[in-house]
Amino acid sequence: MVTNSQHISQQFEKELEDIRSLVLAMGGLVEQQVNNAQEALMTADSELARSVISLDEDVNELEVTIDEECIQIIALRQPTAGDLRLVAGILKTITDLERIGDESVSIARMAMNLSEKDRPKKNYRELLSMGNHVQGMLRDALDAFARLDIKQAIRVAQEDREIDGEYEGIIRQLITYMMEDPRTVTKAIDMMWSARSFERIADHACNICEHVIYLVEGKDVRHLSLEKMEKVVKKAGKK
Amino acid sequence: MEAVKEQATTQARAIDIESMQRSQKLNLADEDICLEVKDFNLFYGSKQALHNINMSVAKNRVTAFIGPSGCGKSTLLRCFNRMNDLIDTVKIDGQMLLDGQDLNKQSVNVADLRRQVGMVFQKPNPFPKSIYENVAYGLRLQGVNDRETLDRVVEKSLKGAALWDEVKDRLQESAMGMSGGQQQRLVIARAIAIEPEVLLLDEPASALDPLSTLKIEELIYELKEKYTIVIVTHNMQQAARVSDYTAFMYMGELIEFGATDELFTNPTKKQTEDYITGRYG
Repeated sequence: MVTNSQHISQQFEKELEDIRSLVLAMGGLVEQQVNNAQEALMTADSELARSVISLDEDVNELEVTIDEECIQIIALRQPTAGDLRLVAGILKTITDLERIGDESVSIARMAMNLSEKDRPKKNYRELLSMGNHVQGMLRDALDAFARLDIKQAIRVAQEDREIDGEYEGIIRQLITYMMEDPRTVTKAIDMMWSARSFERIADHACNICEHVIYLVEGKDVRHLSLEKMEKVVKKAGKK
Repeated sequence: MEAVKEQATTQARAIDIESMQRSQKLNLADEDICLEVKDFNLFYGSKQALHNINMSVAKNRVTAFIGPSGCGKSTLLRCFNRMNDLIDTVKIDGQMLLDGQDLNKQSVNVADLRRQVGMVFQKPNPFPKSIYENVAYGLRLQGVNDRETLDRVVEKSLKGAALWDEVKDRLQESAMGMSGGQQQRLVIARAIAIEPEVLLLDEPASALDPLSTLKIEELIYELKEKYTIVIVTHNMQQAARVSDYTAFMYMGELIEFGATDELFTNPTKKQTEDYITGRYG
């Protein structure tokens, strides 16, 4: 349960509000990283890819700052109940956000490699579709965090299966290319790595949704099957 | 290679994850019940101070009462050894059972009850006597005067209250010269000298410095092996640290009662959440 009444200590209220906004700011940066990495990959824009890599420093810095703020709050305020879950949830969420940043750096690196090679006519159509899907999931996960919306969180978690399917499809297709024409191997491997990174980003987005469910309901839904997770949330909603 | 693999698997099996988890989830249903409160109401004159309280205190566990000032937690605590008998205007109805016996029955000897249910107050209240006599007082009241028995009980109680090492060389000095934290532990030693079943602690550490507070908390942890402890505290972190079960009271009502781990991480009632996180009601 998360209550909407205010803390007696206005200062504490503000501190919690501040770390939440920092997380959302970090989420915004990471979203931009993923977006730009995908764009760089699709348009062979190595300049844009480099900007993704340099943006990662800001993301890392934010992670460290939020981490410190959380530790401060734990040390000075000894948060309990919903506040404690919020701080714990944030500590985990920023780890996932930072990893998403790292994955988009990987995609950007692959984009730089691939920008020097011949581009297929279809211009990575499947990767584009998967990337768009993953970006949507990330956006929804951050939305769920901002609005503490567990229904949204569940919806994002449900989408992960589709992403896994798309990923498998891309890998199978790339393997076929490589078998047909071994000259495509280097290129195909770079694309595989990119697909892999997108798939990981979707996993991290799901993790964020699990943190949201934990911080709203106090229920740990990690390592549960989707069905069990839905049951837990349904039960919690009735309370 | 095979041998290494096998060794790794056996080692992995030897790690018992369950034993590594902090503590098994507590559940009142699995506990022996020491005190039971049933449909309990209490009035000061015409003003009702406790409303229909129902709860159980588990044996050899620490149960904490938390809540804002005036919520009735001390009133409820004082009912457990009938301290409220001393106030003329108090009326009660409902039941309060100690080991299944109604402790408010006419036939219950209040002095006997208080021997079974000891109490320690917010401010340490040693008698103006020596340290030794303070601890021996209860036994002397019971007519025990045998020096050897007294020596043994005094030492055992002071050890039980984690005070023995600090005072063993000055047992005959006045208790009034001790520090506040020592006096509080002395009072606890006095309470456990007569081996009660239940110890009631009313804000036992609120007048003490942080280190003495930690000593009292450590003591509570040790004492629960032998006694059932009920503690009232304004310090929520303290309740969270020392207790197994926590009851949150508000305006004379028991709002939420459950395992401490659960109550402090995921309370079910909004009022509890607001109180423990320090929000406006």
